Amino acid sequence: MTGFRHPSKGLIDRDKPLSFTFDGKSYSGFAGDTLASALIASGVRLVGRSFKYHRPRGFLGAGHDEPNGLVELREGARREPNVKATVAELHDGLIARSQNRWPSLDFDLLAVNGLLKPVFAAGFYYKTFMWPASFWEKLYEPMIRRAAGMGAASGLPDPDAYEQASAHCDLLVVGAGPAGLTAALTAARSGARVILAEDDFRLGGRWLADGGEELQALVAGWANELTALPNVTVLSRTTVAAAFDHGTFLAIERVADHHAVPGPHQVRQRRWTLTARRVLLATGAGERSVLCPGNDRPGVMLASAVRSYVNRFGAVPGRKAVVHTATDDGWQTAESLLAAGVELVAVLDPRNEVPAGMEGVARRTRVISGGAVIGTRGGKSLSAVGIRHGRASEWLDADLLCLSGGFNPAIQLMGHLGRRPVWSEAIAGFVMPEPAGGIRPIGAAAGIYGLREGLEQAIAGTLVDLADLGFAAQAPALPGLPDTPSGLVPLFWKPTLEDSGAKVFIDPQNDVCASDVVLAHREGYRSVEHLKRFTTLGMATDQGRTANVDAIAIMAHLEGRPMAESGVTLARPPVVPIALGAVAGARAGGHFRPVRKVPLHPWAEGLGAVFTDVGQWKRPQYFPRAGESDWQVTVNREVTTVRKAVGLTDVSTLGKFVVEGPDAGAYLDRVFATRPSAIAVGSCGYGLMLREDGFLKDDGMIARLTEQSFLVFVSTVHVADVWRHMQFCRQVLWPELDLSLADQSERWAQMALAGPKAEAVLTALLDEFTVDAHSLPPQAVREATVGGVPVRLFGLSFSGERAFEIAVAARHGAALAARLMDVGAAHGITAYGTEAMAVMRIEMGYAVGSEINGQTTAHDLGMAGLMDLGKDHVGRVLSQRDELMRADRPRLVGLIPVDPANRLRGGAHVLGRDGPATVDADLGWITSAAWSPTLGTSIALAMVKGGPDRLGDTVRIWDGMRGTDFPARIVSLPFIGRAEGGKDA
Amino acid sequence: MRITCPTCGSRDLHEFHVLGEAEQARPRLSGDFDSAAARAAFTDYVYARRNPAGPHDEYWYHGPCDTWLVVRRDTRSHEVHDVRAARGGDRP
Repeated sequence: MTGFRHPSKGLIDRDKPLSFTFDGKSYSGFAGDTLASALIASGVRLVGRSFKYHRPRGFLGAGHDEPNGLVELREGARREPNVKATVAELHDGLIARSQNRWPSLDFDLLAVNGLLKPVFAAGFYYKTFMWPASFWEKLYEPMIRRAAGMGAASGLPDPDAYEQASAHCDLLVVGAGPAGLTAALTAARSGARVILAEDDFRLGGRWLADGGEELQALVAGWANELTALPNVTVLSRTTVAAAFDHGTFLAIERVADHHAVPGPHQVRQRRWTLTARRVLLATGAGERSVLCPGNDRPGVMLASAVRSYVNRFGAVPGRKAVVHTATDDGWQTAESLLAAGVELVAVLDPRNEVPAGMEGVARRTRVISGGAVIGTRGGKSLSAVGIRHGRASEWLDADLLCLSGGFNPAIQLMGHLGRRPVWSEAIAGFVMPEPAGGIRPIGAAAGIYGLREGLEQAIAGTLVDLADLGFAAQAPALPGLPDTPSGLVPLFWKPTLEDSGAKVFIDPQNDVCASDVVLAHREGYRSVEHLKRFTTLGMATDQGRTANVDAIAIMAHLEGRPMAESGVTLARPPVVPIALGAVAGARAGGHFRPVRKVPLHPWAEGLGAVFTDVGQWKRPQYFPRAGESDWQVTVNREVTTVRKAVGLTDVSTLGKFVVEGPDAGAYLDRVFATRPSAIAVGSCGYGLMLREDGFLKDDGMIARLTEQSFLVFVSTVHVADVWRHMQFCRQVLWPELDLSLADQSERWAQMALAGPKAEAVLTALLDEFTVDAHSLPPQAVREATVGGVPVRLFGLSFSGERAFEIAVAARHGAALAARLMDVGAAHGITAYGTEAMAVMRIEMGYAVGSEINGQTTAHDLGMAGLMDLGKDHVGRVLSQRDELMRADRPRLVGLIPVDPANRLRGGAHVLGRDGPATVDADLGWITSAAWSPTLGTSIALAMVKGGPDRLGDTVRIWDGMRGTDFPARIVSLPFIGRAEGGKDA
Repeated sequence: MRITCPTCGSRDLHEFHVLGEAEQARPRLSGDFDSAAARAAFTDYVYARRNPAGPHDEYWYHGPCDTWLVVRRDTRSHEVHDVRAARGGDRP
């Protein structure tokens, strides 16, 4: 037990004690604690085992930079792995567990890996597990994952709700520390719409740790003013996690993570899309440590993190401390430790002078100028620090080592936009040289570490942005600020012949040591990108916040090149790990994508239809009746009933575009490879639509309603694409043509009535309209009424039978279908679905999406004769390319198995000869297959090289997936004779 | 990413659909669609792309207002320099 709770310090609410468990043991903390601060105050030091070597680890940092303190939170379906305890807000009843240890945190058998450290060095996986290849998946990877595991996901459905929200603003301020608060206030008072997003549950940033009572009161006042202003949105517990082009940002608001379970109707997290005209990046700077041997022992911490724990949380991490600092900021930690009653054993500083204002600290401790840490002792907790000064070395008893090696401005969001930072010698860090992409770093994020200078720069930058946006603003009055020294010198570890740094941990989360950088250099992986991949440096969940710059510095030293030439890798979004639930938002389970229901859906549902997904549509697939043992029986009955009597099905999902205007015919002649302008008024014609490269895009019927008005039907799954294409033709290719387009796809319910009894049923349905070959011939389009409701009738067939399509206003669709079933009952009508429809269209040899799949031409599908080559239309020129006209291209034919017991299936290959199934024996493949109850055999459509020239040939049907190989005969299409009015009649 | 539609103003990427380069004009033929010259012209039109690293005119479709746009976008920075209706500015 080394850490303790200070009796008075901190911004915690001591009237609100909270109890929690860690690895099954009960502890208590206070409202305002993080899990990490409560553990530290409870004297817990060992919180995790390292990834590769299972070394004991304690907290290094106090925020998202934390590499060691990863825990699992909660239990059951709400268990969440790999949460940084340093950013987990404590709540009553929180259940937390350590990770990556077996059997227990205190006694970890896999710590034996540490003894094998020379074996597990960088590049180990790449080198060792390369061979034999099959061992990787079966043996190596499962083994490594067990040994080097992170926490485990719950494996259960997430019980919580998530939502997404959008917000727009003039100015987005990321971070509510001193600079962010000042900037937000400046902007807010100008009337600009401001969003202030703060990752923490409390506004104030570094002031929460460094400010006295006066500053805390000031922060509270500013926060109140900002919250009260109508033009300001303050989002706390909100991480701006990713930047996208043109001022678009992803932010995650942790709405209820500080409760054990979200409240009733409360979402757990909210995913924001924030859109801002300008952005002020006030994300501060993260500290990096001073590398030294044994620096991963529990009790070795970042100096600024120690100050946060002591001053903000009253959680003092040790009782005897050594501070090793290259920054003035480290001296502030020394001062805070003294104020908290900690015994300050020594302050080591490479510099000879005590920073201004720190003379009092220097008087109360031992200052070792030029001193360095050369080792640490202690099993699972630091007990002594080895130091060297001049030629002397000694061991100092201490349970806390605070390290301050410099700061890295937190500029990850600008990196998301591909902006490269540059090395600043003045602050020994990478900074963004100027605002870019509408984002301006301010304060410490801009590399300005002096408080007064930082706030002045923040205000100046805010005023510039506000002026650009057209807002007149004034600088707010700044409070009396303490003069905080902010000097520093670069201090990087250098390998020597004696010590290549095998005990110097750079990236503790991925167990990357300084010696791994030396190894990378020796093996030639010297650029920052190669270094990262060879060593896994910076690839853990902390994104190498404390690690990258030190590693680059070592490589720069080995290469003898300046830091400015080394560069730095860019962090990928998101800035912090985010829950997949928040990414999905409400789009989970049944809400994954929209469900579209046709107007006839309730009718089909009432008849017990089984539905299938076609795009987003639910379409009736078949209508099983009592006593039918499986779907095949049902489909056979539906097909046979249509062929012998009459059937009704839904075709509402077809696209229905109205093309109207003086040039409508001329326009359609250019859009379609056929000649729609030749269709007579009151009649329908078939349309073939090509892409400009000559391949088929879609096909469908076209009805001419009046001289200047056409109705174009489009395949269900192509509706959106064909609509854009037709708009492109109109707006871009031929804007001189006078016409308009209207999408009426969802205005109409449409159904097909097919079979020999269709005429009789339709006559029984309609008001005063006798349907026969004269009044409604094949291909005709007519208007009629049913009970006074207008309907449109088309003499169209997709089944080969005498058939009609009936269109009615969508709201009447289900009622009209029910009426048809009533009047059709006397004729034995059946409802049929997409399965029976597919069987009948295969029987008729009609091509659909399986054949018009973007790789076939009209020539391939036997429809070249339908094209009108005497005019320019989309695809006219390139469709006639010699290569596309070759007879030996795969072309559409029918297949029937020689032995009726064999079943043809889609995807099977057509082979031209005996012997092995090789590519050069391959003639083509089956595109669609069905059992034809009409013919009593399996039938299929296939694309076969030179197919129509092979009619009557016997070929092999080889299906490697299903292990079948049997003969079939190539036949011409259609399989059965057709009635008039067919799709390609 | 955001695009300023001339009709609707600044809108999010999700409302748009990109087609590709807008720097080629469809050849206008007056008969003889199967000449070598016609095929060469259409081959260029369909397949040849400038694909520059820099400012690039692209066709984008704005679904909510059914308008094809020509967007001049810098392929290096994604900066959008100009947006206009593909047919010359009038509402379709």
